[in-house]
Amino acid sequence: MQKPKNIIEKIWEKHVVHREDGKPDLLYIDLHLVHEVTSPQAFEGLRMNSRKVRRPDLTFATMDHNVPTRERHIIKDLISKTQMDTLKQNCSDFGITLADIDHPENGIVHVIGPELGLTQPGKTIVCGDSHTSTHGAFGALAFGIGTSEVEHVLATQTLWQARPKTLNVKVNGQLGKGVAAKDLILAIIGKYGVRFGTGFVIEFTGEAIRGLSMEERMTVCNMSIEAGARAGLITPDETTIEYLRGRRFVPQGEEFEKAADSWRALASDQGASYDAVIEIEAEEIAPQVTWGTNPGMCLPVTSFVPNPESAAKESEKDEIRRALEYMGLEAGQPISSIEIDHVFIGSCTNSRISDLRNAAEVIQGRKVHPGVRALVVPGSASVKAEAEKEGLDVIFKEAGFEWRDAGCSMCLAMNDDFVPPGGRCASTSNRNFEGRQGNGARTHLVSPEMAAAAAIEGRFTDVRQFSQAVLNS
Amino acid sequence: MQPIRIHKGLVYPLNRANIDTDQIIPKQFLKRIERQGFGQFLFYHWRFKDDGSLREDFNLNDPKFKGASILVAGENFGCGSSREHAPWALQDYGFNIVIAPSFADIFKNNCVKNGILSVQLTDEQVQEIVNRAEQDSYQLTVNLEEQRIYDNQGFEASFDISPYSKEMLLNGWDDIAITLNIEDKIREFETAQH
Repeated sequence: MQKPKNIIEKIWEKHVVHREDGKPDLLYIDLHLVHEVTSPQAFEGLRMNSRKVRRPDLTFATMDHNVPTRERHIIKDLISKTQMDTLKQNCSDFGITLADIDHPENGIVHVIGPELGLTQPGKTIVCGDSHTSTHGAFGALAFGIGTSEVEHVLATQTLWQARPKTLNVKVNGQLGKGVAAKDLILAIIGKYGVRFGTGFVIEFTGEAIRGLSMEERMTVCNMSIEAGARAGLITPDETTIEYLRGRRFVPQGEEFEKAADSWRALASDQGASYDAVIEIEAEEIAPQVTWGTNPGMCLPVTSFVPNPESAAKESEKDEIRRALEYMGLEAGQPISSIEIDHVFIGSCTNSRISDLRNAAEVIQGRKVHPGVRALVVPGSASVKAEAEKEGLDVIFKEAGFEWRDAGCSMCLAMNDDFVPPGGRCASTSNRNFEGRQGNGARTHLVSPEMAAAAAIEGRFTDVRQFSQAVLNS
Repeated sequence: MQPIRIHKGLVYPLNRANIDTDQIIPKQFLKRIERQGFGQFLFYHWRFKDDGSLREDFNLNDPKFKGASILVAGENFGCGSSREHAPWALQDYGFNIVIAPSFADIFKNNCVKNGILSVQLTDEQVQEIVNRAEQDSYQLTVNLEEQRIYDNQGFEASFDISPYSKEMLLNGWDDIAITLNIEDKIREFETAQH
């Protein structure tokens, strides 16, 4: 009898093109997503070697990192403009479909892939972007690659990949009310640190994961990379299948039912094992706020900024000291005493329609705190259109939020949206690295609900109590 | 790509953990469409003040590390964004070898593709190198063939590397050419799928 396999091993085995002792496996890639920042040098490499794109039909491009989120066609930064024009030219030269800046399907690459049904269970998916792990929410093996690898996939539709170790992160129980998927993944990284996933692909399992919507699952898988794991995935189930039904690039009618059956069969075999297992209790998780300069520097909103002296190792003390200095925080100060001047709701982590609905629910009928600049940047043109249909834009605008067009925007500030030096931002994005949202900017990662509550209060507040107060008022 | 066999060079110590690729090369420099010229932006906000002048308290600006080609850093080096601009910047600045207790997966792959050798040593070995390099001008020799790293003062360590990465680095190979040599296997796979 064959050894029982987990879902990661199953997908891997189905994609091995060539295997040889002492070498990584040559893996077939089912979907290659391309954006403007990490692709120009790859296309240039193809040209220099007179190579063509092997499977333009399995390649899909969008522009998202550089795009302005207002006055979309006025790209003041000429270098940004060159990069976007270069992608357009490359897609046209090599026959690749591009969701251009004014295309109704344009948006952040990790938002539109699932939205269009390009992302499907069992696929191998790559993109020159570390947050490609997002697509794992569908039970795909999806990971970020560098530009040389982008070139390799363009030329060969394959990649040499060492077989990863597998890690089962099992989340028991149910998340409490007011506790978001973002809090779950932040709490996991806060507990185990930013490198526990290095060398692993994570499968998230357990009752709490089963209870998540597809958009919540995307938030969880999106941040697998912040734990060091290149990929994180969730076994497809009826939630996955119903999300995909009817989307543009999935099979239709009877073909869809056949595909759905093959997706159900991806689930890990009875008795399948993993190289490592971690168990978490969902009930214990409170809304999270990062206080430092990596996503592992994270605590419940109800706690206090840590003291460097309480760390065990000298190197850890240094790390905390440096983070507190950069962040302008005092050891021991309550997280809820941290005042913010910027709020960013957006990014491939939290810019989908349910994220916007959740944030809108918190702010409805209230006003953004004086002195706070708050932005909502939908993840795609479709998300924006849907939100406007539901009237969410009105709720945001009436509260004092700026309502923008789709793009990566203030998550990494490659366009005009940035936090000024010394500014402090409650952000629904994924990285609180130094300078990420602007040179000298201070980032605190939170859920959309927590960001919305911070926008109203001008400081961090426990959204569980905040929402209660709103209900009672 | 330049092959690496034996490399002797000056060591620059950057004794911090979790150095992410946003620090190695900040996003405002990712807009170029070439592979060259990123060295001037390496560790930009650690090296330069807002007005563009040098930060004297950042040790890469210390003249004694001028010409360094071996960087030694804390664990999880190269975490975060997949940007290959990070190894491009390191190499363009002059670093051909990076030593750390651990590396982020994507960064490590990106290094191999560009002929940069990432050497994983133990915490203690890395600390030893950092201490020596912080004190004086310190040279190390890396022998990739023998997977050995040593100085002329008695320090010596061996390191692991996958046979594939080793072969690529020793020969300075372009792996697309290697893959296209077995294109018939890719074609077979594609045919079997449809």
